[in-house]
Amino acid sequence: MSKITLSVYRGDANGGEMKTYTVDTFPGMVVLDAIHQIQAEQDGTLACRWNCKAAKCGSCSAEVNGMPKLMCKTRVDDYPADQPIVVHPLRTFPIVKDLVADVSWNFEVSKSIPILKLADDGSAEPLRMQQVDVDRIQEFRKCIECFLCQTVCHVLRDGDRKDIFFGPRQMVRLASLEMHPLDVLDRRPMLRETAGVGICNITKCCTEVCPEHIHITDNAIIPLKERVADTYFDPVQKVLRWVGGRK
Amino acid sequence: MATTIRDSRGSGKTARRDAWWLQPLLTATVLTAFIIYATFRTFENDNFLPELSRNASALWESGRVGHLLSPFYSPLFLVDWQVMGYHVSPAILILPFPLSFRLTCYYYRKAYYRSFFMAPPACAVQGTTKKTYRGEQVFPFVIQNLHRFAFYAAFIFIFILAYDVVLSMKYVDGWGISLGTFVLLLNVLLLAGYTLGCHSLRHLVGGKLNCYSCSLAAKTRHGLWKKVTFLNERHALYAWVSLFGVALADLYVRFVCAGVITDWVLVKF
Ligand code: SF4
Ligand code: SF4
Ligand code: FES
Ligand code: FES
Repeated sequence: MSKITLSVYRGDANGGEMKTYTVDTFPGMVVLDAIHQIQAEQDGTLACRWNCKAAKCGSCSAEVNGMPKLMCKTRVDDYPADQPIVVHPLRTFPIVKDLVADVSWNFEVSKSIPILKLADDGSAEPLRMQQVDVDRIQEFRKCIECFLCQTVCHVLRDGDRKDIFFGPRQMVRLASLEMHPLDVLDRRPMLRETAGVGICNITKCCTEVCPEHIHITDNAIIPLKERVADTYFDPVQKVLRWVGGRK
Repeated sequence: MATTIRDSRGSGKTARRDAWWLQPLLTATVLTAFIIYATFRTFENDNFLPELSRNASALWESGRVGHLLSPFYSPLFLVDWQVMGYHVSPAILILPFPLSFRLTCYYYRKAYYRSFFMAPPACAVQGTTKKTYRGEQVFPFVIQNLHRFAFYAAFIFIFILAYDVVLSMKYVDGWGISLGTFVLLLNVLLLAGYTLGCHSLRHLVGGKLNCYSCSLAAKTRHGLWKKVTFLNERHALYAWVSLFGVALADLYVRFVCAGVITDWVLVKF
């Protein structure tokens, strides 16, 4: 049986260090398996968060050899066997313990986004949507809230601008609401101001790391930027709206 | 209190071990090479139309009267402006249109923000982004919001360049097709593929709608949106090949003008 080495971050909010562990490998082994093996056989105090081991719950996010990844979807044989695999908690968020980061900021921000609002026209008719109208936003519903995109986004990661930018995950959520055929709220003022869609410089790292392969930049952020441009930057559209009697 | 781990701060710092620097380096190199070539050609003010070149007599003998116009000099302005004794190149009047289109293009923005501005140089690699970062919300980058206007101009350019292809087939004694015709045609096709995959166009034709089934017009626009989306998904590819296409078409015309190669006439009719 062959062995691999892992260098895992051990520590908490007060600091920590990288520790090296050697584990046995088996065919198809993923990084989360290796972490579990360390927990079971070498150090039961190693903390990590996981749930499904099927790339669907979004809990096991960490940084493997410097790239944000789901540990349960990252095979150990993707990496050179002669070097340790470095496993680090998400760098953009505060650390709780070992591989567990505190991602609660993301849920706080999410709460500030107004949920779907339907027109209240007093009718008892059931609301109907056509598939063609929801095709586009179904992609956004695939999000598993792993926050890998939030972690990799340089605005949040390097600039630490959580004060002015909601991050790519919330842009996906805003896009799913903004493009919803039955939603009646206008989220453009929010996008321009508090959510800060203009801060994203469309460098696409969020798209690169998304385990659900959501085209975050092309299908959510850029279309939102164009909608904001319609309202705030396009004088021609302004005139057209004025002529058409719309706001 | 919980803190964020930031033990690898500073530009270029990362825990990545792959060759993350390769892509930004390649992008910067190719873009720089193109900028140098385009600047040289814009200011050269020569070798853009065989009839006007020093080797014109040979071309007249071959019976060519039509244009084989370099895309850098199209549409053709045959006025000779002089500023302080310097002959202003007509390409200077044309350049702002394609330049502003590519500069504000969502794909090129990604390419140069990464490779020139290092914001970020690659994913999970620290670049120049600081606590004061405001991205495209403040000047000068807020101007990127006007991309659609650059698109409108670029759209017209497709027709101008397509007209050049037609003109390249006109000879004293009728019509013909030369290798140059194909070079110009390839350039227009690649540019059209690039321009018609633009995000602003995608928004304009149908992306801005929320309900595609609500009216016949909306249904039609959904069809258009899907077509633009097809090209949009290949936008980065078209951005590059069309850039090479323009350079190649210009280089071909330049070589013909300079007498390095003869524009090979394939058929006459
Ligand atoms: S494209 Fe925008 S949101 Fe996505 S990682 Fe880059 S800056 Fe962040
Ligand atoms: S958009 Fe993708 S990367 Fe971001 S939280 Fe959702 S699934 Fe994860
Ligand atoms: S454990 Fe659920 S996504 Fe990895
Ligand atoms: S987005 Fe690239 S040309 Fe408009």
